[in-house]
Amino acid sequence: MADQERVQQAVYRAVDELNKQLPKGISVNKSPDAVLYGKTGKLESIDVVTLIMEVEDQIKAEFGTSITIADDRAMSRENSPFLTVGTLTDYVAELLN
Amino acid sequence: MSQLVEQVVLITGARKGIGRSLAEHYLGHGYSVVGCSRKDSDLRHERYHHYCLSVTDETSIKSMFADLANRNGRLDVLINNAGIASMNHVLLTSVDKAREILDTNFIGTFLMCREAARLMKKNQFGRIVNVASVATPLKLEGEAVYAASKAAVISFTQVVAKELASFGITVNAIGPTPIDTDLIKSVPEEKLDQLVRLQAIKRRGTFSDVTNLIDFLIRPESDFITGQVIFLGGV
Repeated sequence: MADQERVQQAVYRAVDELNKQLPKGISVNKSPDAVLYGKTGKLESIDVVTLIMEVEDQIKAEFGTSITIADDRAMSRENSPFLTVGTLTDYVAELLN
Repeated sequence: MSQLVEQVVLITGARKGIGRSLAEHYLGHGYSVVGCSRKDSDLRHERYHHYCLSVTDETSIKSMFADLANRNGRLDVLINNAGIASMNHVLLTSVDKAREILDTNFIGTFLMCREAARLMKKNQFGRIVNVASVATPLKLEGEAVYAASKAAVISFTQVVAKELASFGITVNAIGPTPIDTDLIKSVPEEKLDQLVRLQAIKRRGTFSDVTNLIDFLIRPESDFITGQVIFLGGV
């Protein structure tokens, strides 16, 4: 069972990496409630792509496991895993388990 | 479209969507219809026979054609409808998914064409219709692998048309616009609307748009039309 705390820290490190690449004035908070995508999100779709890539890299570094986050399973969910940092973290933990 | 000798049409991906609609259409026009798909079909008709197989599985395809040759003795029309899509940014696309798309959309089309043409050649007559997509000419973002797989289908169609012409077999491709089927169910409405705006005729496609075009391509009178790709909607 993947440690939820370790997953969360890996996602936060990915958020740090994303924030370095975002335009001035735009950043994602390291908080489960931080909105990523959707009507109230501040990110462009390419920023979400970048974040997912960073999360995949951080998970590989932390757990030594390669995961594919954005696949048909993720896309076809009624509640998108990409809405907030929290939903993304939960989804990644689910994939690892 | 009724004929003295019962003509045989083989449709891949016949369980649902466009394939199912084509199967019902050609049954309605007196054809003997052979369908295949990975899962079983609930279509029941005295002139319908269904095979459960993957279009990427060469052994199963060869068995199906051997059985088809025994049962029907001929094949007049092949419609390579089976296809899969997966919308994703290239940076997030796994190699497994890329292989799966290429296998079904391109290798599947290749295998079916090869086996069908061997049977069609015996009668010196055949009509092969492959299914391409507007994703290729429109260069749709998020569809890189899918568009590439359909580009392969287009090139394949154009070359094979030449290789099979002397056997009386025509090979053409159709490029449907988005039609409400499972293939596009995970594509956001907004994306589909954007896509439709790129067409000359700004509406989604229907099953009858597809059957109308295939009817035209498989007519005996269309024996001088081969190696062509016709996109719907004015793309």
